[in-house]
Amino acid sequence: MSRANLQAKLPVMITAVVFLALYLGAGLHFDNFLTLRVFFNQFSTNSFLGIVAVGMTFVILTGGIDLSVGSMIGCTSIMAASLMKFHHVHPLVGLGIPLLFGILIGYTQGVLVAKFSLPPFLVTLAGLFFCRGVALFISQETLNIEDEFFKKSLSEVSFHITDKATVSVPSIIFILVVAVGMFVSLRTPFGRNVFAIGGNRQSAELMGLPVRKTLIGVYTLSGFLGALGGAVFTIFTSSGNATSATGLELDAIAAAVIGGTLLSGGYGSVFGTLLGVGILGVVQTAIAFDGNLNSWWTKIVIGALLMAFMLVQKGIERAATRKVTV
Amino acid sequence: MAGERPTCLQLTGIGKRFPGVVALAGVDFDLRQGEIHALLGENGAGKSTLIKVMTGVYTADDGTVDLNGKQYAFKTPQEAVNAGISTVYQEVNLLPNLSIAENICLGREAKGAFGIKWNDVRARAVKALARLDLKLDVKAPLSSLSIALQQMVAIARALDVSAKVLVLDEPTSSLDAHEVEQLFATMRKLREEGLGIIFVTHFLDQVYAVSDRITILRNGQKIGVWNASELPRLELVSQMIGRDAAVLESQGTASLTTETSTPFLTFEGVGRKGAIEGVQLNIGPGQVMGFAGLLGSGRSETVRLIFGADTKDSGNFLLDGRTIQRFNQRKAILSGIGLCPEDRKKEGVFPELSIRENILVVYQAKRGWLRKLSLPKQKQMAGALAKDLGVHPPDIERPIQFLSGGNQQKALLARWMAVEPRLLLLDEPTRGIDVGAKFEIMSLVSKQREEGRSFVFVSSELTEVVRTCQSVLVMRDRKAIKTLTGKEITEDSIIHAIAEDSK
Repeated sequence: MSRANLQAKLPVMITAVVFLALYLGAGLHFDNFLTLRVFFNQFSTNSFLGIVAVGMTFVILTGGIDLSVGSMIGCTSIMAASLMKFHHVHPLVGLGIPLLFGILIGYTQGVLVAKFSLPPFLVTLAGLFFCRGVALFISQETLNIEDEFFKKSLSEVSFHITDKATVSVPSIIFILVVAVGMFVSLRTPFGRNVFAIGGNRQSAELMGLPVRKTLIGVYTLSGFLGALGGAVFTIFTSSGNATSATGLELDAIAAAVIGGTLLSGGYGSVFGTLLGVGILGVVQTAIAFDGNLNSWWTKIVIGALLMAFMLVQKGIERAATRKVTV
Repeated sequence: MAGERPTCLQLTGIGKRFPGVVALAGVDFDLRQGEIHALLGENGAGKSTLIKVMTGVYTADDGTVDLNGKQYAFKTPQEAVNAGISTVYQEVNLLPNLSIAENICLGREAKGAFGIKWNDVRARAVKALARLDLKLDVKAPLSSLSIALQQMVAIARALDVSAKVLVLDEPTSSLDAHEVEQLFATMRKLREEGLGIIFVTHFLDQVYAVSDRITILRNGQKIGVWNASELPRLELVSQMIGRDAAVLESQGTASLTTETSTPFLTFEGVGRKGAIEGVQLNIGPGQVMGFAGLLGSGRSETVRLIFGADTKDSGNFLLDGRTIQRFNQRKAILSGIGLCPEDRKKEGVFPELSIRENILVVYQAKRGWLRKLSLPKQKQMAGALAKDLGVHPPDIERPIQFLSGGNQQKALLARWMAVEPRLLLLDEPTRGIDVGAKFEIMSLVSKQREEGRSFVFVSSELTEVVRTCQSVLVMRDRKAIKTLTGKEITEDSIIHAIAEDSK
């Protein structure tokens, strides 16, 4: 690997090292932490965060941001729960309609960003309010889902890896989303165009790349993954709640940034985001294991980590520019 | 070059209008296979618009575009590329965050069942670069290359789509002399392969170095087309700016008289790590000192030190014979030093502000923001300065971003004239501006000098240095290697000084 290549991969490598250090550190400190059960539980508890973080990564890679995904989870989960509970639709329809809603909202945001050149921050802030409003409009109560098919085929299903370790449906969807996300970002023209737009939008246009289409696609993807996160959340909790996942978009942004994705766009990876989600998950689990610490310690640690990662990225960036000028 | 070669690109009667402006009126242009055709004109002559019409960025209002006998009306750059017209722009329009291979192949990657076939992409990139006699690690990010090599990658990308016509829009403006030579070698090679090349540049030497034919535009109209060998340089300039050649001739070299009293500014072995080493220089009142040297020789770095934008690590810095310890931009301005930076767009103008505000910003800062100049006074002062310097259009309330490069530069000069500096640092003041504005700026410098004002004049165009300066500091590898004065200053002597005993 040449020096320049190494420099590009350095942020992800640092994230990987930090992840392993945290994981092993917690494992040495707490009994039963280094078990497969805890490992696979991580995938379940972080599934919806991970799914929206993949979408967020694509958006940030173009230099944009999507603030609507947290509300999207709340909105689609209450929508799905209410469709199943009050309208008695089949769970697959009940989960499918919110997915279409997510695609529609994402597409609309994409058009506003790409065609009308509106700032993504404001467009998706509007989306955030809109989705949360729709969610509260649907119902302000927690709706538990009693549907037989839903329980038997989705929420209560688990595949045994060992006696104690199980993999749930949310984890499987999460892993699939990460795998597809990695493939799309690395090996499809759409994915490469995403990087190109983040690198320099004007250049991408002059190179004849479909900039607008790609941008619309990215926001549509993020809307879809937001809704899919909502579906997974509904499966995970067997209920819908309009106020759930408040502020989750910020966790998703944190996961992407810790995973080495630059907010200015053009640099980052889906795999890095997976590691970022992993770090957030390990911190959370470790604090839960301790039992004496309050949950806000999670936020304190994440805040400190985020700051440290930004400094590391800035350092790498400086080292890179210095090399070019000399 | 033979006149019998077949025409590949033919533009006929091209017209393009923007609200309130006729950018092009009935322009004809033809390009033959295997020729390098220079397209010249002042800023605002319509060169860029014509290029944009033939590359699909704009659609023409009138006229036709024929490529190899087939008529086209491009609506997007991609359509033009597909038809065989590829463009390399002045500023490298590639993606620094992606690999060299991707920059060459993006948008037309080979795809298989498992997505993009990266091995094919890389092989294709290696092949495209080989055509330009380049061997690079195509996996490395583009940002690891020098600007010159990035330019080559841009050309490789342009050629990767079986291009028939290659448009080079000011490709040399950020290259040093050696890199320009390499680019020319590539251009000649591609010409031999039968490619038609359109070459836009502001450097007249370069026009004669590679071009077969020359087309000149002025005010949106075609003035004519000549064989390069049959158009003398002075004639070319006068055709471009529409003035009599004899008048230009009279703008001779700078008068050679220099009586240096106490120098205004002195550097005694000033250095800054990674920028310059042990630089000696003296600038007296009423003196224009040129800095000559290749790109990266330390010219701009020295200018930044003089202006206090960077601090020195070693040596002495004297103003009016007094040693200065701590120095910064504000102190520089208060001591009567001004800077017109090299990167006009980024470091010079405030693009959204009006010409008036751009002109008065330093004056107001020096006066103190609490003592705000009244609007009528602002208008009067900025208007007078804009008029003095010939800023066009004279409407000083227009945002400065709508002015051409030359007029922006004149407005920047006006900004400093407002505070009557003792020493004005001009870093590449004539880069990217048209010939007419170049002459105006140079004669302004000469006039101001006679009133006792000093200048530092940094330029890559030696003709300008010779014409304008009383002394020339030649720099190489971050060191000042020689100071030429008076009659010693010729293009030859400068080139020799730059070149001599460099390892």
